[in-house]
Amino acid sequence: MVRLITHNLLACHVKNCTSNNFPLAFKDLGDTSLPAEQPDMIDDEFLQKLHHVLLEIHVEEGSMVCPNCNHVYPISNGIPNMLLAEHEIG
Amino acid sequence: MTYRALELLNLPPDELSFLLDIGCGSGLSGEILDEEGYIWAGVDIAPSMLEVALEREVEGDLFLQDIGQGFGFRPGSFDGAISISVLQWLLNAETSHPTSSPPHRLSRFFTTLHSALRNPSRAVFQFYPSSDDQIQLITSAAQKAGFGGGVVVDYPNSNKARKVFLVLFVGGGGGGAGHQQVPEGLQGEEREDGKVMFERRREREAKREKGGKRKGVKDKDWILKKKELYRQRGKEGVPRDSKFTGRKRRAVF
Repeated sequence: MVRLITHNLLACHVKNCTSNNFPLAFKDLGDTSLPAEQPDMIDDEFLQKLHHVLLEIHVEEGSMVCPNCNHVYPISNGIPNMLLAEHEIG
Repeated sequence: MTYRALELLNLPPDELSFLLDIGCGSGLSGEILDEEGYIWAGVDIAPSMLEVALEREVEGDLFLQDIGQGFGFRPGSFDGAISISVLQWLLNAETSHPTSSPPHRLSRFFTTLHSALRNPSRAVFQFYPSSDDQIQLITSAAQKAGFGGGVVVDYPNSNKARKVFLVLFVGGGGGGAGHQQVPEGLQGEEREDGKVMFERRREREAKREKGGKRKGVKDKDWILKKKELYRQRGKEGVPRDSKFTGRKRRAVF
């Protein structure tokens, strides 16, 4: 259920992890249909790909890793587990 | 209740809004949000409830999250937040760890929520406080986090229909400039002055139980029927029918 457009809103909320805590990196997400740079011309083909990536990709199983503190948020059954351990609560 | 919460949110009617459902549980309010055409994301702490929500195939994205630990949403993500019957759970301390104390959890919750909401926007929480102190604690925590707003009580004079809503504003509160006033609680339009749904039915049933002349069950017809039945079954010693059958014995003196 984690659509990439929602993933775009998520940041790490571990204590003292305030900088460079976004975006949470996915492990093994193999979709490279989008170019790395923003293209100059926005045509229909590009928009369709963008729509597919943002709204139609649902991550069911996997994990997200904070690039700063390396906290791993596991995703199971399409629901990311955002719970923290006691020492990580800010 | 979700409808009332949405009404209190006072969102612009002709725009798409992205809402946060705090404590979405099994997706009950989520279904209503779907119906009303909102896009939403839900958080809950109970994995079992989230599974039920998955089975219902609600539209929103779901997160397993303890709201007392704060949200990991980026600033300005949501156009509004609703939460139905959740806030009172933040008042329980599960462990003795300092981060588990209710004031800490409340402030963490409100500060992270405040930053996750767009400016201006609103958040509406329906909850069941067990005392006025709890309302006080919650509102002061919300104010410290930078929220404006206050408590709206629907049907304050009714025991059952009474609902407490906490309406919080980020910035101007949305719904047009100068709209900072806390909305009025519902007062007059209660069903049948202060009664909840089904109250009338219960009353009717109570009346039927108590007063009113009930027809006696063991009247003459019933006795005759029984006797006839016994005779058919061949029971011995069934008294004959007479003009005295089923008559009351009068008081002797």
